[in-house]
Amino acid sequence: MPDLGTYAVPVLSSYAIGLGLVLAITAQSLIRARQVKRALEDAEGGTDDG
Amino acid sequence: MSIWEYANPRKFMATTAPIVPVAFGLAGLCMAIGLIWGFFFTPDDFRQGSTVKIIYLHVPAAMMAINAWAMMLLASLIWLVRRHHVSALAAKAAAPVGLTFTLIGLITGALWGQPIWGTWWVWDPRLTSFLILFLFYLGYIALWAAIEDPDTAADLTAVLCLVGTVFAVLSRYALVFWNQGLHQGASLSLDAEENVSDVFWQPLVVSIAGFVLLFLAIVLLRTRTEIRMRRLHAIALRERAV
Repeated sequence: MPDLGTYAVPVLSSYAIGLGLVLAITAQSLIRARQVKRALEDAEGGTDDG
Repeated sequence: MSIWEYANPRKFMATTAPIVPVAFGLAGLCMAIGLIWGFFFTPDDFRQGSTVKIIYLHVPAAMMAINAWAMMLLASLIWLVRRHHVSALAAKAAAPVGLTFTLIGLITGALWGQPIWGTWWVWDPRLTSFLILFLFYLGYIALWAAIEDPDTAADLTAVLCLVGTVFAVLSRYALVFWNQGLHQGASLSLDAEENVSDVFWQPLVVSIAGFVLLFLAIVLLRTRTEIRMRRLHAIALRERAV
Protein backbone atom coordinates (compact mmCIF):
# COMPACT_ATOMS: atom_id res chain seq x y z
CA MET A 1 0.00 0.00 0.00
CA PRO A 2 1.53 3.35 -1.00
CA ASP A 3 1.89 6.10 1.59
CA LEU A 4 -0.87 8.56 0.66
CA GLY A 5 -0.01 10.96 3.49
CA THR A 6 -2.59 13.59 4.39
CA TYR A 7 -4.53 12.90 1.16
CA ALA A 8 -5.45 9.30 1.99
CA VAL A 9 -9.15 10.08 2.52
CA PRO A 10 -9.84 11.83 -0.81
CA VAL A 11 -7.73 9.35 -2.82
CA LEU A 12 -9.21 6.21 -1.25
CA SER A 13 -12.74 7.68 -1.37
CA SER A 14 -12.32 8.42 -5.08
CA TYR A 15 -11.30 4.84 -5.82
CA ALA A 16 -14.03 3.36 -3.61
CA ILE A 17 -16.82 5.50 -5.11
CA GLY A 18 -15.51 5.36 -8.71
CA LEU A 19 -15.02 1.61 -8.77
CA GLY A 20 -18.26 1.09 -6.86
CA LEU A 21 -20.22 2.98 -9.51
CA VAL A 22 -18.45 1.12 -12.34
CA LEU A 23 -19.29 -2.21 -10.71
CA ALA A 24 -22.89 -1.10 -10.08
CA ILE A 25 -23.64 -0.15 -13.71
CA THR A 26 -21.90 -3.32 -14.94
CA ALA A 27 -23.82 -5.58 -12.55
CA GLN A 28 -27.15 -3.86 -13.24
CA SER A 29 -26.62 -4.23 -17.02
CA LEU A 30 -25.69 -7.91 -16.74
CA ILE A 31 -28.59 -8.77 -14.41
CA ARG A 32 -31.16 -6.95 -16.57
CA ALA A 33 -29.74 -8.57 -19.73
CA ARG A 34 -30.16 -12.01 -18.18
CA GLN A 35 -33.71 -11.29 -16.96
CA VAL A 36 -34.89 -9.94 -20.34
CA LYS A 37 -33.23 -12.79 -22.26
CA ARG A 38 -35.02 -15.32 -20.05
CA ALA A 39 -38.36 -13.49 -20.41
CA LEU A 40 -38.02 -13.47 -24.21
CA GLU A 41 -37.10 -17.15 -24.29
CA ASP A 42 -40.21 -17.90 -22.24
CA ALA A 43 -42.37 -15.79 -24.52
CA GLU A 44 -40.97 -17.33 -27.72
CA GLY A 45 -40.72 -20.88 -26.39
CA GLY A 46 -36.92 -20.95 -26.15
CA THR A 47 -36.13 -19.64 -29.61
CA ASP A 48 -34.12 -16.51 -28.74
CA ASP A 49 -31.36 -16.53 -31.37
CA GLY A 50 -29.18 -13.77 -29.90
CA MET B 1 -21.52 -5.25 -47.78
CA SER B 2 -22.88 -2.06 -46.23
CA ILE B 3 -22.59 -0.77 -42.65
CA TRP B 4 -26.38 -0.32 -42.68
CA GLU B 5 -26.78 -4.11 -42.61
CA TYR B 6 -25.99 -3.86 -38.88
CA ALA B 7 -29.15 -1.79 -38.48
CA ASN B 8 -30.98 -5.09 -38.93
CA PRO B 9 -31.63 -6.33 -35.35
CA ARG B 10 -30.93 -9.98 -36.26
CA LYS B 11 -27.62 -9.07 -37.89
CA PHE B 12 -26.72 -6.83 -34.95
CA MET B 13 -27.49 -9.57 -32.42
CA ALA B 14 -25.50 -12.18 -34.34
CA THR B 15 -22.50 -9.88 -34.82
CA THR B 16 -22.30 -8.52 -31.27
CA ALA B 17 -22.86 -11.82 -29.42
CA PRO B 18 -19.17 -12.84 -29.53
CA ILE B 19 -17.88 -9.25 -29.15
CA VAL B 20 -19.51 -8.51 -25.76
CA PRO B 21 -17.60 -11.06 -23.59
CA VAL B 22 -14.30 -10.21 -25.30
CA ALA B 23 -14.88 -6.48 -24.73
CA PHE B 24 -15.73 -7.11 -21.06
CA GLY B 25 -12.59 -9.22 -20.63
CA LEU B 26 -10.28 -6.68 -22.28
CA ALA B 27 -11.92 -3.82 -20.36
CA GLY B 28 -11.36 -5.58 -17.04
CA LEU B 29 -7.75 -6.34 -17.97
CA CYS B 30 -6.93 -2.77 -19.09
CA MET B 31 -8.68 -1.18 -16.11
CA ALA B 32 -6.93 -3.52 -13.67
CA ILE B 33 -3.50 -2.85 -15.21
CA GLY B 34 -4.04 0.92 -15.53
CA LEU B 35 -5.48 1.45 -12.05
CA ILE B 36 -3.06 -0.89 -10.21
CA TRP B 37 -0.09 0.59 -12.09
CA GLY B 38 -1.28 4.13 -11.39
CA PHE B 39 -2.22 3.59 -7.75
CA PHE B 40 0.69 1.44 -6.57
CA PHE B 41 3.59 2.11 -8.91
CA THR B 42 3.61 5.83 -9.76
CA PRO B 43 5.19 8.55 -7.61
CA ASP B 44 3.43 11.50 -5.97
CA ASP B 45 3.27 14.74 -7.93
CA PHE B 46 5.59 17.45 -6.58
CA ARG B 47 2.69 19.92 -6.20
CA GLN B 48 -0.42 17.75 -5.77
CA GLY B 49 1.09 14.95 -3.70
CA SER B 50 -0.76 11.62 -3.75
CA THR B 51 -4.00 13.23 -5.02
CA VAL B 52 -2.56 12.83 -8.52
CA LYS B 53 -3.61 9.17 -8.30
CA ILE B 54 -7.21 10.31 -8.73
CA ILE B 55 -6.31 11.15 -12.35
CA TYR B 56 -6.60 7.46 -13.37
CA LEU B 57 -10.31 7.49 -12.57
CA HIS B 58 -11.26 11.13 -13.05
CA VAL B 59 -9.85 11.75 -16.54
CA PRO B 60 -11.11 8.52 -18.21
CA ALA B 61 -14.56 8.91 -16.63
CA ALA B 62 -14.91 12.58 -17.59
CA MET B 63 -13.60 11.89 -21.10
CA MET B 64 -16.06 9.03 -21.61
CA ALA B 65 -18.92 11.07 -20.15
CA ILE B 66 -18.51 13.52 -23.05
CA ASN B 67 -17.71 10.83 -25.64
CA ALA B 68 -20.81 8.87 -24.62
CA TRP B 69 -22.92 11.92 -25.41
CA ALA B 70 -21.13 12.24 -28.78
CA MET B 71 -21.99 8.60 -29.51
CA MET B 72 -25.63 9.25 -28.52
CA LEU B 73 -25.65 12.27 -30.84
CA LEU B 74 -24.41 10.18 -33.77
CA ALA B 75 -26.94 7.43 -33.05
CA SER B 76 -29.74 10.00 -32.67
CA LEU B 77 -28.85 11.61 -36.01
CA ILE B 78 -28.92 8.19 -37.69
CA TRP B 79 -32.36 7.61 -36.15
CA LEU B 80 -33.68 11.00 -37.27
CA VAL B 81 -32.33 10.66 -40.82
CA ARG B 82 -32.59 6.94 -41.59
CA ARG B 83 -35.10 5.69 -38.98
CA HIS B 84 -33.03 2.65 -37.96
CA HIS B 85 -34.45 1.39 -34.65
CA VAL B 86 -31.16 -0.15 -33.52
CA SER B 87 -29.49 3.27 -33.54
CA ALA B 88 -32.24 4.79 -31.37
CA LEU B 89 -31.97 1.85 -28.97
CA ALA B 90 -28.16 2.20 -28.88
CA ALA B 91 -28.52 5.87 -27.88
CA LYS B 92 -30.99 4.88 -25.17
CA ALA B 93 -28.62 2.12 -23.98
CA ALA B 94 -25.65 4.50 -23.74
CA ALA B 95 -27.36 7.11 -21.55
CA PRO B 96 -27.16 5.32 -18.15
CA VAL B 97 -23.50 4.47 -18.83
CA GLY B 98 -22.73 8.10 -19.71
CA LEU B 99 -24.63 9.24 -16.62
CA THR B 100 -22.54 6.93 -14.43
CA PHE B 101 -19.28 8.20 -15.93
CA THR B 102 -20.44 11.81 -15.49
CA LEU B 103 -21.24 11.12 -11.83
CA ILE B 104 -17.80 9.55 -11.32
CA GLY B 105 -16.21 12.61 -12.96
CA LEU B 106 -18.16 14.99 -10.71
CA ILE B 107 -17.50 13.10 -7.46
CA THR B 108 -13.81 12.37 -8.06
CA GLY B 109 -13.37 15.96 -9.27
CA ALA B 110 -14.86 17.32 -6.03
CA LEU B 111 -12.71 14.95 -3.94
CA TRP B 112 -9.64 16.08 -5.89
CA GLY B 113 -10.55 19.76 -5.84
CA GLN B 114 -11.09 20.07 -2.10
CA PRO B 115 -7.47 19.45 -1.00
CA ILE B 116 -5.89 21.13 -4.06
CA TRP B 117 -8.17 24.13 -4.73
CA GLY B 118 -9.51 24.40 -1.18
CA THR B 119 -13.09 23.92 -2.36
CA TRP B 120 -15.33 21.04 -3.45
CA TRP B 121 -16.91 23.07 -6.22
CA VAL B 122 -16.59 26.31 -8.19
CA TRP B 123 -18.98 27.67 -10.78
CA ASP B 124 -16.32 27.90 -13.47
CA PRO B 125 -17.30 27.31 -17.13
CA ARG B 126 -15.94 23.79 -17.40
CA LEU B 127 -17.44 22.44 -14.18
CA THR B 128 -20.76 24.18 -14.70
CA SER B 129 -21.20 22.89 -18.26
CA PHE B 130 -20.26 19.39 -17.04
CA LEU B 131 -22.91 19.60 -14.30
CA ILE B 132 -25.49 20.71 -16.90
CA LEU B 133 -24.45 17.72 -19.04
CA PHE B 134 -25.21 15.51 -16.01
CA LEU B 135 -28.68 17.08 -15.77
CA PHE B 136 -29.20 16.50 -19.50
CA TYR B 137 -28.39 12.80 -19.00
CA LEU B 138 -31.04 12.64 -16.26
CA GLY B 139 -33.56 14.46 -18.46
CA TYR B 140 -32.78 12.21 -21.44
CA ILE B 141 -33.35 9.03 -19.39
CA ALA B 142 -36.50 10.47 -17.81
CA LEU B 143 -37.90 11.40 -21.24
CA TRP B 144 -37.41 7.85 -22.56
CA ALA B 145 -39.20 6.53 -19.46
CA ALA B 146 -42.04 9.03 -19.66
CA ILE B 147 -43.22 8.36 -23.24
CA GLU B 148 -44.98 5.10 -24.00
CA ASP B 149 -44.72 5.07 -27.79
CA PRO B 150 -41.10 4.08 -28.57
CA ASP B 151 -40.86 5.95 -31.89
CA THR B 152 -42.15 9.18 -30.35
CA ALA B 153 -39.75 8.72 -27.43
CA ALA B 154 -36.87 8.17 -29.87
CA ASP B 155 -37.81 11.34 -31.80
CA LEU B 156 -38.07 13.58 -28.74
CA THR B 157 -34.97 12.22 -27.01
CA ALA B 158 -33.01 12.67 -30.25
CA VAL B 159 -33.96 16.36 -30.26
CA LEU B 160 -33.01 16.64 -26.57
CA CYS B 161 -29.68 15.00 -27.43
CA LEU B 162 -29.03 17.63 -30.11
CA VAL B 163 -29.64 20.42 -27.58
CA GLY B 164 -27.51 18.77 -24.88
CA THR B 165 -24.61 18.50 -27.31
CA VAL B 166 -24.02 22.22 -26.77
CA PHE B 167 -23.06 21.52 -23.15
CA ALA B 168 -20.95 18.47 -24.03
CA VAL B 169 -18.95 20.65 -26.43
CA LEU B 170 -18.79 23.53 -23.92
CA SER B 171 -17.56 21.17 -21.23
CA ARG B 172 -14.73 19.89 -23.41
CA TYR B 173 -13.66 23.25 -24.85
CA ALA B 174 -14.64 25.64 -22.01
CA LEU B 175 -11.01 26.54 -21.32
CA VAL B 176 -10.41 27.32 -24.98
CA PHE B 177 -13.54 29.49 -25.18
CA TRP B 178 -13.17 31.41 -21.91
CA ASN B 179 -9.61 30.75 -20.68
CA GLN B 180 -10.69 31.13 -17.06
CA GLY B 181 -11.64 29.04 -14.04
CA LEU B 182 -9.75 26.75 -11.68
CA HIS B 183 -9.83 23.62 -13.82
CA GLN B 184 -6.61 22.81 -15.70
CA GLY B 185 -6.38 22.23 -19.46
CA ALA B 186 -6.45 18.87 -21.22
CA SER B 187 -4.39 16.14 -19.53
CA LEU B 188 -3.90 14.44 -22.89
CA SER B 189 -3.12 16.24 -26.11
CA LEU B 190 -1.70 15.52 -29.54
CA ASP B 191 0.95 18.10 -28.62
CA ALA B 192 3.41 16.08 -26.46
CA GLU B 193 4.54 19.19 -24.57
CA GLU B 194 1.03 19.73 -23.20
CA ASN B 195 0.69 16.19 -21.83
CA VAL B 196 1.18 15.17 -18.23
CA SER B 197 4.57 13.62 -17.47
CA ASP B 198 5.25 10.15 -18.99
CA VAL B 199 5.26 8.46 -15.59
CA PHE B 200 1.59 9.44 -15.16
CA TRP B 201 0.66 9.40 -18.85
CA GLN B 202 1.41 5.71 -19.54
CA PRO B 203 -0.89 4.15 -16.91
CA LEU B 204 -3.46 6.84 -17.69
CA VAL B 205 -3.63 5.76 -21.34
CA VAL B 206 -4.11 2.11 -20.27
CA SER B 207 -6.88 3.16 -17.87
CA ILE B 208 -8.57 5.22 -20.61
CA ALA B 209 -8.43 2.18 -22.93
CA GLY B 210 -10.15 0.20 -20.16
CA PHE B 211 -12.94 2.77 -19.81
CA VAL B 212 -13.45 2.92 -23.61
CA LEU B 213 -13.71 -0.89 -23.79
CA LEU B 214 -16.03 -1.01 -20.78
CA PHE B 215 -18.28 1.58 -22.41
CA LEU B 216 -18.33 -0.47 -25.63
CA ALA B 217 -19.09 -3.69 -23.75
CA ILE B 218 -21.90 -2.26 -21.63
CA VAL B 219 -23.50 -0.31 -24.48
CA LEU B 220 -23.51 -3.38 -26.75
CA LEU B 221 -24.96 -5.49 -23.92
CA ARG B 222 -27.65 -2.91 -23.10
CA THR B 223 -28.50 -2.41 -26.80
CA ARG B 224 -29.01 -6.16 -27.12
CA THR B 225 -31.27 -6.00 -24.06
CA GLU B 226 -33.26 -3.12 -25.58
CA ILE B 227 -33.70 -5.09 -28.83
CA ARG B 228 -35.03 -8.04 -26.83
CA MET B 229 -37.32 -5.71 -24.86
CA ARG B 230 -38.68 -4.38 -28.15
CA ARG B 231 -39.35 -7.91 -29.34
CA LEU B 232 -41.10 -8.72 -26.03
CA HIS B 233 -43.21 -5.59 -26.41
CA ALA B 234 -44.19 -6.65 -29.96
CA ILE B 235 -45.16 -10.14 -28.75
CA ALA B 236 -47.28 -8.63 -25.96
CA LEU B 237 -49.06 -6.35 -28.44
CA ARG B 238 -49.70 -9.28 -30.81
CA GLU B 239 -51.15 -11.41 -28.00
CA ARG B 240 -53.35 -8.55 -26.88
CA ALA B 241 -54.69 -8.13 -30.43
CA VAL B 242 -55.59 -11.82 -30.80
